[in-house]
Amino acid sequence: MNTPLPLEQTSLPMIRALGLIALVSGVLIVVAYEQTAPRIERNRQQAIDAAVFALLPGAQTRRDFVLATNTLRAATVADQGDRLYAGYDSDGQLRGLVLPGAAAGYQGVVSLLYSYDIACACVTGMRVLQSLETPGLGDRIGSDAAFLQNFHQLDARLDAAGNRPAHAIVTVRHGRRQQAWEIDAIAGATISSRAVGKAIARSTEHWLPAVHAQISLLQGAAHEH
Amino acid sequence: MNTEQPLTADTFLAGLWRENPVFVTVLGMCPTLAVSNSVLNALAMGLATTFVLIGSGALVSLLRNVIPRAVRIACYIAIIATFVTVVDYLIQAISLRLYQALGAFIQLIVVNCIILGRAEAYASRHPPLASMINAAGNGLGFTLALLCLGTVRELLGSGSLLGIPLLGPQFAPWVIMLLPPGGFFVLGGWLLLFNWRQRKQGVKIPVAEVHRHGA
Ligand SMILES: Cc1cc2nc3c(=O)[nH]c(=O)nc-3n(C[C@H](O)[C@H](O)[C@H](O)COP(=O)(O)O)c2cc1C
Repeated sequence: MNTPLPLEQTSLPMIRALGLIALVSGVLIVVAYEQTAPRIERNRQQAIDAAVFALLPGAQTRRDFVLATNTLRAATVADQGDRLYAGYDSDGQLRGLVLPGAAAGYQGVVSLLYSYDIACACVTGMRVLQSLETPGLGDRIGSDAAFLQNFHQLDARLDAAGNRPAHAIVTVRHGRRQQAWEIDAIAGATISSRAVGKAIARSTEHWLPAVHAQISLLQGAAHEH
Repeated sequence: MNTEQPLTADTFLAGLWRENPVFVTVLGMCPTLAVSNSVLNALAMGLATTFVLIGSGALVSLLRNVIPRAVRIACYIAIIATFVTVVDYLIQAISLRLYQALGAFIQLIVVNCIILGRAEAYASRHPPLASMINAAGNGLGFTLALLCLGTVRELLGSGSLLGIPLLGPQFAPWVIMLLPPGGFFVLGGWLLLFNWRQRKQGVKIPVAEVHRHGA
């Protein structure tokens, strides 16, 4: 250890070994990525299809839209970010919309999809996509039948000008629900229940003004693409 | 560095039972406690780790004469991270639901010290075939241990096995079994059982091994 070896004798084998490993790693990762990417994308689409068709009975196809500068337009593959899914039956009739929402829950972000009916201006169903809520407590937001009943006809009307919700959707403590735009929390999981309410409230505020301004775009989109 | 052991049945069996990475050498506790709350999660985590063990064991062994001692840990980590990335893609391709259930613990396989331990203690001194067999034994030993925990935790915490309800609607699930404390309780129970059995048989637990690797 007293007389250090000349640089070229010590560093070359290291560079050679690390370079070789980087090369092998790169090849392995690229091959794995290319082999799995189509299946991963298909899995993603199937998961969305399953959620959309479960929320919109009768729907058989879907079209995706994005919101850019307060205007809806058909989504392209290049579009990142949140999408609105419109579901159509076999005759091309619009059966409803499915919208995304997300808010912080007890342990992490709760992300969900909910269905919206334009005619009744109400939420008609909700599905939790991903959450880290405590099993047996917070995760009941996805399974508790009484809680899910809240979303069968949840009032999401816009004000007269059509710019914002007439009443903000809000979660109230268990047993205190009085208004059609209120969500009755699960006792013992108030924080998770609030996250669901907040996610839907924010999402309706974000999407619905554009949805109501562009109903004909959504209704006529079944056969495009 | 001529510590090479001949290829025998023990090459495979040691990690599976006598030196089981979880119950005997108490390594890899983070995923053991975190993702053993259901049989399916335990199985998926165990098999993913086994894949990384075998892949990295093979590559470390193939390159063992090229890797200089001074940078060997960096080399092992790069190799392990490669196989973790591959298994990450594979699980996403198999099932997104499973991928979400395992969460960050797939990426964290990189820091599972069972794998680094095998690379350093075995694969860097043995030919590829022996390294892969030894890795498979350890991987399956790890999977077996996760399944031991997952079975008890899912049965008591959800009243089901592999998602199939077994204990009937009367059963009130012990939710704590699904939470982190449940992981510690069940692991403690299994360690008690293993140590009691080994003491009865007069087998010495390799304490030195435990201390050498840490958690
Ligand atoms: C270990 C543990 C996990 C919990 N997990 C959740 C949860 O996932 N979601 C939730 O809303 N509350 C959870 N809580 C309960 C909250 O602390 C809080 O008591 C509850 O949300 C309030 O609801 P309540 O006023 O209806 O009792 C948890 C509590 C403990 C001790």
